[in-house]
Amino acid sequence: MNAFVDPVGMAGHSGLTKGEVLLRVDNVSLSFGGVKAITNISFDILKGEVRAIIGPNGAGKTSMLNVINGFYHPQEGTITWRGQVRRKMRPYEAASHGIARTFQNVALFKGMTTLDNIMTGRGLKMNKNFFWQCLHWGPALNEEIEHRRKVEEIIDFLEIQAIRKTPVGRLPYGLQKRVELARALAMEPELLLLDEPMAGMNLEEKEDMSRFILDVNQQFGTTIALIEHDMGVVMDLSDRVVVLDYGRKIADGPPEEVQSNQDVIDAYLGVPH
Amino acid sequence: MFYREAGQYKTSYAADQQIFPIRQDRIGIAVILVIALLLPLAASEFMLSAIAIPFLVLALATIGLNILTGYAGQLSLGTGAFMGVGAYSCYKLVTIFPEVNVIVHILLSGTFAAAAGVVFGLPSLRIKGLYLAVTTLAAQFFLEWCFIRIPWLYNYNSSGAIEVPGREVFGTLITGPAASGTARYYVVLAIVVVMTLLIKNLIRGRVGRQWMMIRDMDIAAELMGVRPLIAKLSAFAVSSYVCGVAGAMFVFFYLGASEPAVFSITLSFQVLFMAIIGGLGSLVGSFFGAAFIWILPILLRVGLPALGVDVAAETVFQVAQMVIGALIIFFLIVEPHGLARLWAIGKEKLRVWPFPYA
Ligand SMILES: Nc1ncnc2c1ncn2[C@@H]1O[C@H](COP(=O)(O)OP(=O)(O)OP(=O)(O)O)[C@@H](O)[C@H]1O
Ligand SMILES: [Mg+2]
Repeated sequence: MNAFVDPVGMAGHSGLTKGEVLLRVDNVSLSFGGVKAITNISFDILKGEVRAIIGPNGAGKTSMLNVINGFYHPQEGTITWRGQVRRKMRPYEAASHGIARTFQNVALFKGMTTLDNIMTGRGLKMNKNFFWQCLHWGPALNEEIEHRRKVEEIIDFLEIQAIRKTPVGRLPYGLQKRVELARALAMEPELLLLDEPMAGMNLEEKEDMSRFILDVNQQFGTTIALIEHDMGVVMDLSDRVVVLDYGRKIADGPPEEVQSNQDVIDAYLGVPH
Repeated sequence: MFYREAGQYKTSYAADQQIFPIRQDRIGIAVILVIALLLPLAASEFMLSAIAIPFLVLALATIGLNILTGYAGQLSLGTGAFMGVGAYSCYKLVTIFPEVNVIVHILLSGTFAAAAGVVFGLPSLRIKGLYLAVTTLAAQFFLEWCFIRIPWLYNYNSSGAIEVPGREVFGTLITGPAASGTARYYVVLAIVVVMTLLIKNLIRGRVGRQWMMIRDMDIAAELMGVRPLIAKLSAFAVSSYVCGVAGAMFVFFYLGASEPAVFSITLSFQVLFMAIIGGLGSLVGSFFGAAFIWILPILLRVGLPALGVDVAAETVFQVAQMVIGALIIFFLIVEPHGLARLWAIGKEKLRVWPFPYA
């Protein structure tokens, strides 16, 4: 499994070392018409950590991820990526900057097999032109095979060999979530955003998924931002936790500290403001 | 029993990624190609000219539409017009540069259709589904209007039609009224086979995956680095290119002469129906669909009298139309992946036969 670890490929895109600030969000506010989804939020994500983002339903967690990968553009605030203030960018640019994600509601390519879904994650790294593609021969074939090899490593890593050629639409939900993780990993991201990767899973599936997330973080050094409702999982996996409620940040710190924070307890118990 | 992949182990990713990984499929395709090559020995001039040639050309047009609608998920009703662009471009090229090989012109004419496709594909960046279909409909009517109203396109012929001049390749006449069915058939077969192969390659590589990403989940596609502009417009370009070549061949190797009405909305729908019945997102389905819609009526017309059933030609035509209409409804509701899916299910059954649960 360790053969998959490519010290240059996976971990060190930016040359940042563990513990340096990879991404910082400053005073970001986002609203949809009258609805304020995010109000004046600031936090940072350090290289190599697992950063949990938690909060009750509708707190603005998913919106936060959407801001980070360029799908939403905040009305106020700045995003600093690898030490540089980021201009407004499209999602495909964020992807090419090394940000990958999974979705709260599985967003796989339903008409394709598991293998092809994961291969899509390699798209940005493939560059053989149209005419070679038509021939599917020579450089294009070599490129295809080289990336297939990488994809097979990910398939082995996530233990999904048996469903390689299965159209993803036919897979049970838990496996779909796993394929989605595989697809994101295939991008070899520097920052991996996971939006409720364990929602709707049974205990065993959750345990597997937790193990995979930890392995990704520890073996490949991938920085992870994780949205999760299961507090047990959050406590086990994350280095630091940021808590949102009604679009505002109400706590930020190590899991134990956050767990005993009175504001957080109130937010989860629904104490009126 | 005989259709099995058991024992055919793949020892390399290259072997696993062949077009036909299963040996029986390779044998099947070889047999079909041999039959196709030998067909002129057995077939009459009528079979070649009225059945085989238009079938191949329409199958190619269906592949063109399938690229856009089946693979990239952008519904188009402008196929007929894009075919027309190919046909008129080819006609102009052939008359302006008479000394150049007509096959070169056929292949070049697709690029004009591709350009038209890109222009009319631009709205796809903003709108989807039915609304996009309406804009392609606008393309259909606008281009059709051009074919009628711009006399330069048909060299100011008083008939308003384009007439294919005779052209030779390697000393054999392949276009025009005097060209033999056999010669035209081989040219069409070669172009269709080669283009199908190239498209198949495109689809199983990075470009094809991008199209399918946009089709299946455009938001996720963009978040994974696909630029919607490039993915969609390339689908429009390639699709229209293929349709354009098919359109040029339709006139140059099948009709021999044509007027604007050939490339009307009726043709767009005919090709769309072929794609639906054959199966959206399947190349082999494109051939099934074209065969079904083109050949069924002819078989009925020729076959029923041969069986002693005496029916009028119009009745046969209407019956065929009704059967096709009913099937389209059936496929849209029950099996959106068309005949190709039934074929795949059949093969899957065959693989495990005689043990249904193996
Ligand atoms: N595209 C949108 N248009 C309008 N309102 C939106 C949009 N996206 C999110 N919102 C609103 O922003 C708020 C935050 O939503 P968000 O999805 O970020 O919450 P969340 O914390 O991910 O919740 P959950 O735990 O239910 O997934 C909600 O009130 C939601 O209705
Ligand atoms: Mg959410």
